[in-house]
Amino acid sequence: MREEHHMKLEMESRSENEGLARTVVAAFLLRMNPTVEEMNDVKTAVSEAVTNSIIHGYGNEVHKIILSADILEDCITVTVEDFGRGIPDIERAMEPMYTTCPALERSGMGFSFMEAFMDELHVTSSVGKGTVVRMKKRIGREKAGNGSYGSAD
Amino acid sequence: MNRQIFHKEGATLRIMLPREVDHHAAEEIRSAADHILETELIGQLIFDFSGTEFMDSSGIGMILGRYKRVRFMGGAVRLTGVSERVGRLLAMGGVYQMIGKEEE
Repeated sequence: MREEHHMKLEMESRSENEGLARTVVAAFLLRMNPTVEEMNDVKTAVSEAVTNSIIHGYGNEVHKIILSADILEDCITVTVEDFGRGIPDIERAMEPMYTTCPALERSGMGFSFMEAFMDELHVTSSVGKGTVVRMKKRIGREKAGNGSYGSAD
Repeated sequence: MNRQIFHKEGATLRIMLPREVDHHAAEEIRSAADHILETELIGQLIFDFSGTEFMDSSGIGMILGRYKRVRFMGGAVRLTGVSERVGRLLAMGGVYQMIGKEEE
């Protein structure tokens, strides 16, 4: 039987909601019995995507972000969508250390971290209309490993 | 910002980083730390990660920003209590190229 689960959250682009987004996705992910490392990987990626929408998508103005997650068998797909400025040059934006906001002390590592911690990353963006970040990770590859959440010990 | 995360002993300022160092927390630490760095004489800044379970790239930007500021004034920066996870992020973000890694 194919196991399918879905969740969707609409929230404002306030920095307080970065933690909310991580917590919600982490709680949703728990049913996949992830390792501590897998949990941290997904939380980091979600945090990066939501922070990008807040800072770059909306320039710290308060607008709408839609966070959704889908579980299909052993994969989780997380989507972060904003309706902000969009990214003129996605390829450049995804280069490590590249940032449009050095004055804000952005490290330029956001997309690099998403790529490093998830298995797939897809970014679609339209200038003036917004950005959709979709990222996918297979959970349970390191099941022999220790420290899984929800295990009996 | 909870001032208890800042501990000053002589010219050393220790910042006890929170459980989660994201953009929201990093912005608060940045403004509070800069206020101290501007008003007091700090020769050594210590980032203490012993209570930190989560960090993202915003934490890296905040650390490097404070590093530049303290170095500019001739001071030193240290990182302590770094977990394996946080250490991996610091390495990926190039922090260890600027601030030496310490054996715990």
